[in-house]
Amino acid sequence: MAASSRKWLLALVAAAFVVPLLQPLLPDAVSDYRLFLVSTMMIAAIAVLGLNLLTGFNGQISLGHSAFYAVGAYTAAILMDKLDCPYWLTLPAAAIVSFIVGYLFGLPALRLEGHYLALATFALALSVPQILKYKWLEDLTGGVQGIVLSKPEPPFGLPLSEDQWLFYYCLIVMLILYWAAANMLNSRSGRAMMAIRDYHIAADTMGIDTSLYKTVTFGISAAYTGIAGALSASAIAFVAPDSFSFFLSIKFLIGLVVGGVGSLVGSIVGGIFYVLVDNSAQALSTYVKSDLGLQFDLSAYTVFGILLILLMYLMPTGIVGGVTGVIRRLRRS
Amino acid sequence: MMRTKRRAFVAGLSATAVLTGNRVAFGQKKYDEGASDTEIKIGHTCPYSGPASAYGVIGKTIQAYWKSVNEAGGINGRKINFISLDDGYNPAKTVECIRQLVEQDKVLCTFNTLGTPTNTAIHKYMNQKKVPQLYVATGASKWGDPKHFPWTMGFQPDYHTEAVIYAKYILANIKDAKIGVLMQNDDYGKDYWEGMKEGLGKEVGRVVKHVTYEVTDPTVDSQIIQLKDSGANVFFNIATPKFAAQAMRKAGAIGWKPAQFLNNVSVSVASVMKPAGFDNVQGVITAAYLMDPTDKQWEGHPEMKMWKDWMTQHNPGASLSDASNVFAYAVSFLMQETLKRCGNDLTRANLMHQAASHHHLRVPLLLPGITVSTSATDYFPVQAVQLQRFKSETWELFGDVMHAESS
Repeated sequence: MAASSRKWLLALVAAAFVVPLLQPLLPDAVSDYRLFLVSTMMIAAIAVLGLNLLTGFNGQISLGHSAFYAVGAYTAAILMDKLDCPYWLTLPAAAIVSFIVGYLFGLPALRLEGHYLALATFALALSVPQILKYKWLEDLTGGVQGIVLSKPEPPFGLPLSEDQWLFYYCLIVMLILYWAAANMLNSRSGRAMMAIRDYHIAADTMGIDTSLYKTVTFGISAAYTGIAGALSASAIAFVAPDSFSFFLSIKFLIGLVVGGVGSLVGSIVGGIFYVLVDNSAQALSTYVKSDLGLQFDLSAYTVFGILLILLMYLMPTGIVGGVTGVIRRLRRS
Repeated sequence: MMRTKRRAFVAGLSATAVLTGNRVAFGQKKYDEGASDTEIKIGHTCPYSGPASAYGVIGKTIQAYWKSVNEAGGINGRKINFISLDDGYNPAKTVECIRQLVEQDKVLCTFNTLGTPTNTAIHKYMNQKKVPQLYVATGASKWGDPKHFPWTMGFQPDYHTEAVIYAKYILANIKDAKIGVLMQNDDYGKDYWEGMKEGLGKEVGRVVKHVTYEVTDPTVDSQIIQLKDSGANVFFNIATPKFAAQAMRKAGAIGWKPAQFLNNVSVSVASVMKPAGFDNVQGVITAAYLMDPTDKQWEGHPEMKMWKDWMTQHNPGASLSDASNVFAYAVSFLMQETLKRCGNDLTRANLMHQAASHHHLRVPLLLPGITVSTSATDYFPVQAVQLQRFKSETWELFGDVMHAESS
């Protein structure tokens, strides 16, 4: 990474740490609700980061990441609900459980490529909400009723509101995970992962244990997404099967493609983009209808769809790819 | 001496006025967030997209209702600013939407937020923030718990109570009942099932077969065959419209003729009874609290006429045979009435107080004889149902209006 862009990144992180403290000065701009929204963005970003490790850097497609997200969320919820486990301890637990599930799923996935893998993971995404409702698991998962939780409280008596603390909590977790991912990709293993993506047979010939790398990558990717799920369980303070429908997987995929496949920064951008557009699409559609007076009954998803098509047309390599492309072109001229 | 007495008398009088909820004349203007001299902000969430988007009809009709209220001058001179957001029936999304409504848009209250899991997700939050969560659109029994959740109130008779009523009826009227149950495998189905078990009490062994289906199943044919084979002579049908119709049709086709009990969710003549085949559904019993717009017996009823006029004028394009539109109209009317009674005291506390002070209020389109009553300890607005039996092409009410005490 170039020195200048590292400086930018540090400045951005520093700014992120300062912003919640501005609440007393700017109560409207830095409201609890906005902080909560940014927290959900960071959670989405972590999930997209997980998917990116698998799809962007290892070349395996997954439509099933909502399942790992659900596994993480439920692991956290059950630990907090049944065992009174402190919320911060649920993260490593969710990571381990999701890793195991992801790894095990990665084994049969070895035999599947491309579309077939997409279909298998699709089945996983569809089945997990049903499994959560299953009667033998009902005592644990609360069945369709879900589990109601409490929001994390600031530790050490810090004078922060719940949402301020949630913001920091998500930010710290996201930074650690980002750092870990960046280091991993920069290492021998990371290069092996990418070599498998680029040319499977060549990687094999070079002596890379492709099946091991692929399954472990599946596990790590699931662990990342599971951690995001556990964070969301804390943030929303409620889990239910309806929160983890197949559509969530599509969300992650959109975040991935829009941010930039195979770009770590792109994952963060993608997570932010998804939450932002998902929330403003509806506002935009009502705006078109009531304020501009156009007689189109555009649903929020139509607006969302149009935005996506435009974006894909203008920036086919995602936002990060598009922006760096523009910068490069400007420098050249 | 005389003076103090008079003052005491006046004080007593205004206290009575407060107690009877008639604050309009006396009250000073008092506002909480979301209310002002010119408008009242109300928040709402509903699935306009996603797998449960069929419920979106309710949201659209409610929007049309507030629009028509505003066109007629609003409530006590204030316009209703109704902000309806799409949560796609995803509880995580509902939390986001509701936080936006409460913290960003600063609504006075929410109204008729739809769905059991979605309302569960915001239940605690609304009560922590002390924002009224009024007349939620779900039949679960947990919404009437003023002791622990004083800011949340339901609307319709809960599923649990309804099932208890069927159970009691079965025990009293059917000899040697052997009950077969078909149940949709979700929160709504389970609420009914729990109610049935409670109503049967120690006779719970009378349930000889209990089968379930998933919303995503194409048919319930095999379940019905299983029920027939179990030798059941009573069929309790806990299914949403499409499946309820399939079930009754299949039962008729394979010659199974039990006494049938159908949950209130699927009483529509047009979308359930007719497709099931009128021959197959004679004698089916259900409990109702709203008039069914496709039921011929209400054709001349003034409230039904008024509703149909309103629908053609203010909600054109919406289906006149969809019972959801009747539901939306009735619950919005109750909300309007509640706000009207708040007068100029539009605080959240007073809103809850008024919502909990209805006394035999007649809400249009409820069955004749059913009214809305609430109190500080009774957070179940509509609690009465009446049994009805299907005869030729319409429902026929029988017995008395039953006021069920909910658990």
